[in-house]
Amino acid sequence: MSEMMTKSKARNIFYGGSLFFFVIFIGLTAQSHLYVLNESSNNDQLSESVIRGKHVWEKHSCINCHTILGEGAYFAPEVGNVFVRYGGIDDPEGAKDSIKEWMKAQPTGIEGRRQMPQFNLTDEELDDLANFLEWTSKIDTQGWPPNDAG
Amino acid sequence: MKYSSQKVALWYFIVALVLFAAQVTFGLLAGYIYVAPNFLSELVPFNIARMIHTNALIVWLICGFFGAAYYLIPEEAEREIHSVKLAYIQLVIWVVGSGGAVISYLFRVHEGREFLEQPLWVKLGIVVAALMFLYNVSMTVLKGRKTTISNVLLLGLWGLAVFFLFAFYNSVNLAIDKMYWWYVVHLWVEGVWELIMVSILGFLLLKLTGVDREVIDKWIYAIAALALFSGVLGTGHHYYWIGTPGYWQWIGSIFSTLEVAPFFAMVVFSFVMVWKGRRDHPNKAAILWALGCATMAFFGAGVWGFLHTLSSVNYLTHGTQVTPAHGHMAFFGAYVSLNLAIITYAMPILLKREPYNQVLNMISFWLMTGGMAFMTFVLTFAGVVQTHLQRVMGEYFMDVQDQLIFFYWMRLGSGVIFVIGALLFIYAMAKPQKELIESGAQEVAPAE
Repeated sequence: MSEMMTKSKARNIFYGGSLFFFVIFIGLTAQSHLYVLNESSNNDQLSESVIRGKHVWEKHSCINCHTILGEGAYFAPEVGNVFVRYGGIDDPEGAKDSIKEWMKAQPTGIEGRRQMPQFNLTDEELDDLANFLEWTSKIDTQGWPPNDAG
Repeated sequence: MKYSSQKVALWYFIVALVLFAAQVTFGLLAGYIYVAPNFLSELVPFNIARMIHTNALIVWLICGFFGAAYYLIPEEAEREIHSVKLAYIQLVIWVVGSGGAVISYLFRVHEGREFLEQPLWVKLGIVVAALMFLYNVSMTVLKGRKTTISNVLLLGLWGLAVFFLFAFYNSVNLAIDKMYWWYVVHLWVEGVWELIMVSILGFLLLKLTGVDREVIDKWIYAIAALALFSGVLGTGHHYYWIGTPGYWQWIGSIFSTLEVAPFFAMVVFSFVMVWKGRRDHPNKAAILWALGCATMAFFGAGVWGFLHTLSSVNYLTHGTQVTPAHGHMAFFGAYVSLNLAIITYAMPILLKREPYNQVLNMISFWLMTGGMAFMTFVLTFAGVVQTHLQRVMGEYFMDVQDQLIFFYWMRLGSGVIFVIGALLFIYAMAKPQKELIESGAQEVAPAE
């Protein structure tokens, strides 16, 4: 490395520059935080049931098989748009019923098929989960995923 | 070993390697479930196997970082560790927390966010252990000689602890939850962990090559700067599709492309130092791991990261097998290899032996590196096929997965090779050997 760059110069660039980029990052995060609350996520529709549904999702660690908005494990289908995939735009109640029936029918036990465990959810938990998935499907995700397949 | 308190590092490395063995075992199980989905589907379903696989990785890597710090900070600060007793208490907390997490996962006791599944008491244990550690090493450095290596290492370790605090914030709004979740995940592995990486790598190169410290120091600051300048705003590549504003597609694409730079610089750094170095260090395996670390990190984190980081590409590949292809090689290259490099270097010294088993160790390097490279290639092919069938043609997820089975069998095969390599590494570290096998043995043979 050239003699022009002394150690203290390199150190100062590192500390100063990192601080600079970090401040910008914090600022943009704050702006994004407000954007999510006010514009992209229907925060006003975040009902008690949706909140409980998120907890059902977490309690059974669904994310270690499925993806949600593309994040998670890659072992089972995307659920960020499962509500849409089940026809929820035209028939919301029908889509939610399908999700609940699906949950109740697991595991299939079919040889050679990936197995989803039976989580023995109560009717209320199933409703909450379905409501959470409906709410999630309405987040403005800049047009992702490209199609209903997720 | 210049300072007797460095000995604590030995126990940290042993715990790290035990957890490493657990990590690869559950990785193998998860890989097997991909090809035989009914296997253990009631007892250890895939989500539990994967949780243990990823969590064991995180805790063993951090345990290795702790060990590395306890090993190198006394040499850098030129004094004994502030409190050896505290270091051992910290290790006990770490073992109880890690072991407790793995066992509770098997009994379905866990939280629900990816990688942050630790029950609350384990999370609190992690914080307590981290505070004890930071107090201990910071006091050691403050009272002793301050060097670039220990400065940057400490900054990275403090950053690790500070960003972990975001693990305690879980918003009821999924989009907000995800945004701050990345404060832990991304700002760790593509931020402050890179500071840990470059400082440990710098320490190893200093010891192994005998290059002037002044030169090493300048490289460390330059690479650390590149890492944070690109990596902090590079977080934007996770903010494309989770409900955050559209401008992140620009910021994320540009800055995460630049994230290749620090990894490329680490390749240049390590190879140039080894070429320039005048010292003929007997621990050739440690040099191999150090060079391998920089190289595989460049390919795994740098090249494979760039592969799917542009927002227009990521729109199609997000959440496909392209992601684990990148994830596996990036973690192996950057952080697994880094830990194995410092363990390879320090273990013989801690055990007061010559680096006897280095041929075995070098074989384990090639098995692990080859296995991981092959795994990355097959997952990349699987990901490309999946992207086309699912994202372009619109075929359903499970229909696509059925067509990828061939790749998953090859991934399992490469996993088996990797596990053999990992076990061989542990064996080479653990087993004392009487004879010194030197690579250039014929040259030093006595004349008849």
